[in-house]
Amino acid sequence: MSPREPRPTVPVTIDGQEVMAVEDETILSLARRVGVDIPTLCYLEGLSVYGGCRLCVVEVNGDARLKLACATPVWADMEVRTDTWDLREHRRRIIELLFAEGSHICATCVSNGACELQDLAATNRVDHIHYDLGFAPNLPLEPVDASHPRYVLDRDRCVRCSRCVRVCAEVEGAAVWEIAERGGNSRLVAEMDVPWGEASSCTSCGKCVLVCPTGALSFKGSAIGEMRHDPEVVAFLARAREEEEWLDRSAGSGSASEVRS
Amino acid sequence: MHDIHVIDPVTRIEGHAKITLHLDDQGEVADARFHVTEFRGFEEFCRGRPLAEMPALTARTCGICPVSHLLASAKAGDAILGVPAPPAAQRQRRLANLGQIVQSHALSFFHLSAPDLLLGMDADPATRDVFGLMQAEPEIVRRGIGLRRYGQEVIEAVTGRRIHGHGIVVGGVTDPLTSDQRDGLRAGLDEALAAAEATVELSFGLLDRFAAEVEIFGRFPSLYLAHCAPDGTWEHHDGTLRVIDGDGAIVVDQFDPAAYRDVLGEAASPDSYLKVPYWKEAVSDGDPATGMYRVGPLARINVAERFGTPLADAGLAALRDRVGRIASSSFLYHHARVLEVLASLEHIAMLLDDPVLLDEHVRAHAAPNRRRGVGASEAPRGTLFHDYEVDAHGVVTAVNLVIATGQNELAMNRTIRDIARAYVTGPELTDGILNRIEAGIRAYDPCLSCSTHALGQMPMVVGLIDPRGETVDERHRG
Repeated sequence: MSPREPRPTVPVTIDGQEVMAVEDETILSLARRVGVDIPTLCYLEGLSVYGGCRLCVVEVNGDARLKLACATPVWADMEVRTDTWDLREHRRRIIELLFAEGSHICATCVSNGACELQDLAATNRVDHIHYDLGFAPNLPLEPVDASHPRYVLDRDRCVRCSRCVRVCAEVEGAAVWEIAERGGNSRLVAEMDVPWGEASSCTSCGKCVLVCPTGALSFKGSAIGEMRHDPEVVAFLARAREEEEWLDRSAGSGSASEVRS
Repeated sequence: MHDIHVIDPVTRIEGHAKITLHLDDQGEVADARFHVTEFRGFEEFCRGRPLAEMPALTARTCGICPVSHLLASAKAGDAILGVPAPPAAQRQRRLANLGQIVQSHALSFFHLSAPDLLLGMDADPATRDVFGLMQAEPEIVRRGIGLRRYGQEVIEAVTGRRIHGHGIVVGGVTDPLTSDQRDGLRAGLDEALAAAEATVELSFGLLDRFAAEVEIFGRFPSLYLAHCAPDGTWEHHDGTLRVIDGDGAIVVDQFDPAAYRDVLGEAASPDSYLKVPYWKEAVSDGDPATGMYRVGPLARINVAERFGTPLADAGLAALRDRVGRIASSSFLYHHARVLEVLASLEHIAMLLDDPVLLDEHVRAHAAPNRRRGVGASEAPRGTLFHDYEVDAHGVVTAVNLVIATGQNELAMNRTIRDIARAYVTGPELTDGILNRIEAGIRAYDPCLSCSTHALGQMPMVVGLIDPRGETVDERHRG
């Protein structure tokens, strides 16, 4: 079956709304198509699914075991609930834990006003952090890596969503970034944990900076509140590649030699 | 030396402090100390931050004068980049500083000090505040609120917000000023100028009523330090420093603020979080207190020959006719402040007529070209220095902030001592004494959140301490 032909559909109920889902699509994809909002953080359209942040959890068929909307395909007669008291509470706790873990002091952050973590806190009504802060305000856990001539990495603002890791490997093909260590010790590293400016595989394309949801990756020289990311660029690139937008189809098969200059 | 009287909290100033009055064996006031009891540590936690974050980060030192920190910080950043901000950005920054002086001085004069000045120092404390004043003198309060609002509108036009704006950055400013914004500022100017003129008149009239306070509140010779144009015109943001002595003789002129460490020392004291700067050359017997100098509005009007604007210069001439070329009483800080409000508005008018102000090239970009940079500017309370060092990647490795209120600490101690000597007559701290000591401090408009890079409301403790170090009397407020 060609991917361009319509795929079979199955009936699914999402928050009481009966809809037809495309077979094999994820709950998240369906929800977005039918206008149901499920919060996400690590998920980014155009990249592989990571399932790390757990913000997109939903209830399926009343099962106490929650499912990841980004990673769970729909099936026929599935009943999905995305907005229960338990789910809202669960998401708030995740967001609080992210705040407790790093230096998320919006007033002095380059991404203030354009931060997905900040937006998540606001939309999910997080007004207190109920956990001990792993971070004495403004005393760094890790030094800022400003060794790259154009970009800055502040690991204390990183939420380990791995968008940068994936965009670098999957879209740019450079695979500079990796998450090292595990659990609370996990940290973003360039190559074999070298200063970013010394990572010879980095092409300085800046896609990692564009997809970063917080102020962890920023353009060098950004003043506080000045950083603007552009994560949608990945979906644009993925679509363009899938649709072969930059290939001259009139010339035939679309091999590299036929790419328009 | 013994007795400590403690006034705590000192109210209607920006921050948190206590005062101790030390008595000698005869029960006379031998010394007075102004202690700042809060700790913040900006100089510590700014280390490790990228240079570009510094202006808005250090601006969080204070909600009264964030613009002053933005400016000094951005200038220190420019010095590290090694590039000047574009001409339009320099004018926008000057405009913001003038707005800052207007709003901060209006706050100090109308909201904080006018209750003492207009209702009287012995008026009922319950109504001796801006609300009581609103009942008694609604027109005057309205004028003060209007002036403060106008200053904040000027700040908002440049920085994007009235408080904790972000438009002033290393290399310039973020956005060009539009002709609509300029016209909006022009529209409010006449009313502000009229209010400032009326305030100068009001304040000048108060000098008769408070003739005794003018004598007692910190009337002593000292050095004065401020920015000043080479030709002697009042300056609030750029250029070099001038220092004069108590007789008006120039001690140092056209001094590059970047070399401040050559002339200023900083003493740490065990009983205050405020670092005390002193003029090194004047120090005798190794006692920093002998290196006292004053900064701020009083210093600026003493250091400068003229404001360079007609209305303010007329007001300055009237003051000099009355008190002489050098205004040596700290009580006259109040009048210096209202003269500066008027001068700032006149300078705003001139800037708004400057076509370069609207130029769209407002930001210079560069990588750090130097490892150290100093930025200095006249904050409302006096000369502010930001001194940064960075590593090869532009990450800050060392920070020193020299704050106006700190520089006035020695003069404040002396002022409190003089007031206490004049009014303390026994082992008890009366309301009259407390009121006058508070008013004496308030003349300096100290900002303790800035000076300690500290945080919070400003309660006051005054202690009276006997020669054995025991507290004879202690009063708390706040």
